[in-house]
This record gives sequence, C-alpha cells and structure tokens, in this order.
Amino acid sequence: MTVQVVLPGVLADLAGGAKHLDVEPAGGTLGGLLDVLAAEHPALGRRIRDETGQVRRFVRVFVDGEDVRWQGGLAAAVPDGAVVQVLPSIAGG
Amino acid sequence: MTDLLAIGTRKGLWLALSEDDRRTWTLGEPHLLAQEVAAVGIDTRRDRPRVLAGIQYGHWGPSVVRSDDLGATWQETDEGAVRFPADTGAALARVWQLRPDSADRPDVVWAGCEPHSLWRSTDGGCTFDLVRGLWDHPHRPTWEPGAGGGAVHTVLPDPGSDRVTVAMSGGGVYVSEDGGGGWEPRNRGISAVFLPEPAPEYGQCVHKVAADAGDPGRMYAQNHFGVFRTDDAGRSWTSIADGLPADFGFPVAASPRTPGTAWVVPLVADMERVPPAGRLRVHRTRDVGATWTESAAGLPDAAWTAVLRDAFCVDEGDPTGVYVGTRDGCVYASRDEGETFELVVDHLPDVLAVRAARLA
Repeated sequence: MTVQVVLPGVLADLAGGAKHLDVEPAGGTLGGLLDVLAAEHPALGRRIRDETGQVRRFVRVFVDGEDVRWQGGLAAAVPDGAVVQVLPSIAGG
Repeated sequence: MTDLLAIGTRKGLWLALSEDDRRTWTLGEPHLLAQEVAAVGIDTRRDRPRVLAGIQYGHWGPSVVRSDDLGATWQETDEGAVRFPADTGAALARVWQLRPDSADRPDVVWAGCEPHSLWRSTDGGCTFDLVRGLWDHPHRPTWEPGAGGGAVHTVLPDPGSDRVTVAMSGGGVYVSEDGGGGWEPRNRGISAVFLPEPAPEYGQCVHKVAADAGDPGRMYAQNHFGVFRTDDAGRSWTSIADGLPADFGFPVAASPRTPGTAWVVPLVADMERVPPAGRLRVHRTRDVGATWTESAAGLPDAAWTAVLRDAFCVDEGDPTGVYVGTRDGCVYASRDEGETFELVVDHLPDVLAVRAARLA
C-alpha cells in the first residue's frame, strides 16, 4: 500500500528536494503515515508535528482533498493510492 | 579586530560587522528571512565563533539553528536541539534565551524556553537536556505566562561556582546552587503590584536580570514596575529606582568589566509601554543604582516605540559598548558606555534580540 505525500516547496528541501513522496503508511492512518515520514525525514517530521505528536496549529493536512481535522485527525484513514497534501494555513503577518 | 553585532527580529536575523573598533558597522544581507528570531547567542569560546539562533519557522514550529561561518551556512539538529521528553507531555513553543556559559565550561550552553523550562547543552548547542530540577519544581504549574508567553527568559550561570539564576515573567527569580539540581525562589523585596499579596514568595513579573561585574552575588533586576538590586544572590532585593523617570521597562544590562555599572531603558508603565514623553533614553548607574544618569545623545525624540528585554545588550569591549534595538526596527550603538549613540540601522522588522561580541 502506497500513498503520495505532496509537500510545499519550503518543506521539500527537508525531503531531499522532493515535492512528491511515495510513502507506505503504517496502520493505514494519518498518524502512521506521519510516523513513517518522520522516521525517514526527522526535520520534516518536526515541521509538521510537535514532539507530542500533534499536528502544528498552523499546518493543514488534506487526504484526497478532505481536511483531516474533520476526518478524525491523526486517526484519519489513509487509503491505498491516496494523495496527502501538507499545506500552511492562512496565518501570519 | 572584528566586532559582531547580531540582530534578531520578528522576520529574520541580521549580522553587522565592525572593523574599526565599533565606529562604523556594515550590515549584511538578511539571514533566516521571514523567520522570527527571538533569541541569539554568540559563542566566542570556540575556534570559530558560533552564532546560535532560537527561531520560529512561522507555521512550522520553533527550532535552534547555528552557524560557524557567520551566517554563510546554517545547521539544525535533525531531531531538534530542544525537544521535550515524551513523559513531560509538553511541546516547545519558543526559545527565549541562548546563553553560552563561561570559558572554563567551553561546550556548555543554556537555553531558556517556553513553556517555562531551562535546558543545558554540553555540545555547544547542538542538543539540549531539560533541567529536570526546575521542570519538576512544585511551583511550576502556578507560574503565570506574561503577555508574550510563559518562559524562562533569563539564564545567568555564575562563572565562579555552580550557581545558576533564572528569571521568568509571572514566576520571578529562582536560583540553584548546585548547577540546576535544586531550585528556590528568591524574590524577597521585589514587588508584585498586580497581585493581591504584594510580597509573595514567587510570582513576581521580573522582566530581566543582569549580573554585576565585581560581585557574583550582586545582580540588577528590571521588574514589571520597579528596578531592584541584590547583593546576596537574590536572597533579598532593594529598590534602586529613585532617580529614574519611570520604573517600568524590560531590559537591564550590567557592565562586564566595571563593577557597579548598569543600564536600563525606562518605559512609562505597563499600560503605556512607550518611553516617557516619547523620548527614547538609556539610563546608566555607576554606583550600583544609587544614582542614574540619562543618556540622550544620538537617541531619538518622538520615538513611540519600546525596547524589549533582549533587544538590549552590552559587549566586552573597552570601553563597554551598549546596543539598543527598538520595536520599530532601529538599532543604536554606543562605544563609550552609553554616553553617545549612533544609529546602526533602521527599518528592520521589530527587534527582538541583540547580541554583540568581539571576534578574535
């Protein structure tokens, strides 16, 4: 089972420059996917989640276009072939 | 001879160099552009000076980065230099202080962070360990966050002993005499006008503390109302605010070479965080706070801004250099111990931290 992770340019540098990563998620959940991603790319993992494992406040994750905040958060299902997008939310100044 | 001035702002870090004993400064291109740089440390104990920066990657969280080539390249520990252990259930919110220790502890660097925590590195700032003695202190759950957040913002390791002093807004001063194992609050004499009990054991809003050059037990504190001095390592504090136009403010700095000399930058009050009459001024004492002298030359009038706690520092030059960064993006430097100032740069983002050091 493989899903595709799509990264914004600013994070791609932390994954060897790749904006698209093929990842095999553990357990078929977003949490498992991010665990695998962090194990392979620790600095990238820290940008997305803090050390408690929570997705950072101003980071948004979409699975096949659906915001995971309304799909169970880290427990959200990540089916085979899904596209998982990581995006910065609209914030800042 | 080269002097380095590091300017951390809300949107990046700037490094300025002086080759003429701090008469003129050359500002480089921005580093870490668009990242908040709330803490800066310059470690001159190494073969090559190391610049440490506590940054906020905007959406992507806080981190510590370091450069051994004056910003040409930056390194970051993959797993994070400051990382809360899992059992704490906490997550790093911001790095507020990066403080290299003394020359005889060459790889030790301290970090003060939000949430209230103290960290110690023994590898020059690549990785830090949580100081459990302070984290586990029974008072910690009751320390209040200030407007900027709840953090250890001041770390003062005593070069001659195992004493470490920390300060927190909404927590006060705590001191360890054994290098960080045990901690006790030392706030007697520091007022807390914002609390029903005016003289609590802890909970004071201490904005910054600086150590005197001559006496390891002597320190100066700029409080949330009040300027104080201790001569007994914090066990008691006395007001030294007489002679100042206001006793509110954020920074205090002490001379690293001349005992009894310190500087503050008064603001009107907590509900009016601007210089009195809009005139930005530095005030200096040469007699441990008995009297104060205003420094005006080179500092602006009609400056409705403020100087944050770490946007003020001194260097180790002779005479001592004094550096002032403002929330409206200006940095002023003095090479005569605060008698006169010159504008180094303006139109930067809000200045959060300045640090200066003489490089070999």
